[in-house]
Amino acid sequence: MTDTPDDDRLAQARAFVAALPYCAALRIGVDRVGPAEVVLTLPYHRDLIGDPATGVIHGGAVSALMDTCCGAAVMTHPEVAGAAATLDLRIDYMRGAVPGQTVRAHAVCTHVTRSIAFVRATAFDCDGGQPIATAVGAFSVTDAAQVPR
Amino acid sequence: MIRPAPETVQVIKQRRDAALAALVARVPFARTLGIQFDRRGDELTAILPFAPKLIGNPAGPALHGGATAGFLEVVALIELTWAGVWDRIEGGHLLPDDLADPAALRMPKTVDFTVDFLRSGLPRDAYARARVNRSGRRYASVHVEGWQDNRSRLFAQATGHFLMPLADD
Repeated sequence: MTDTPDDDRLAQARAFVAALPYCAALRIGVDRVGPAEVVLTLPYHRDLIGDPATGVIHGGAVSALMDTCCGAAVMTHPEVAGAAATLDLRIDYMRGAVPGQTVRAHAVCTHVTRSIAFVRATAFDCDGGQPIATAVGAFSVTDAAQVPR
Repeated sequence: MIRPAPETVQVIKQRRDAALAALVARVPFARTLGIQFDRRGDELTAILPFAPKLIGNPAGPALHGGATAGFLEVVALIELTWAGVWDRIEGGHLLPDDLADPAALRMPKTVDFTVDFLRSGLPRDAYARARVNRSGRRYASVHVEGWQDNRSRLFAQATGHFLMPLADD
């Protein structure tokens, strides 16, 4: 049985994320990969708690998931050949993630220019329905527009 | 007339340091990142000691943007809480045990947080200081600056809005 291109892309993305020490430390996983969109997961862990009164994970942990997810969405965009570096990332927190649940973030790279990529992301816990957070980011791309347009 | 003897400098410092330690210790994520705080009077400087697990791009190597963002958000929240309880700590109305008790002291919640990545984070210690630009009854706006080798060369800055806890929440 041969792998489909989708399986290849997923395997590559998993290897890429696993090689980033901070992602490995937070146990960030890859659920689905692009083109130009990515779904990543952040499992609940007590090390990530922001407020022991509620057990809700810290916004800073959600930031790491969002930043990684947005960057990965940029890198899977067909017009981006190289790495992406975050210029700006805004996160809006709608509600606390339910303690004990994995947080899942879905990022879409909406537009790419020669030097900049624009990304939007939404994070959910397993309750589905209302997002726990949304993000908007701008990334600098080093080898954008290698593809003729 | 007999006045009580003024507190010695050691007693005052010990009270402030114990209060700060109790506040930081109740944020498990701050411990996970290894964040420390240096205090001069009421002014806090946060330190993120370099650790290999904070790397995001091994090719750089550079700190992960998420680690930088998390560091700045922790610093903003601690500064906001610290600024809010300083008077009560000084007055002896809030003891370290109260600060450590999540039921006795509620922390603000982040509404939004925007990080401006000015240059890549180098694989060494990072520092940050937060400033509460506005603190109302219900909302607060906080700005944070992060730097590494040079105080005037920021590698990241952030602004966030926070929802203040209400007594009857």
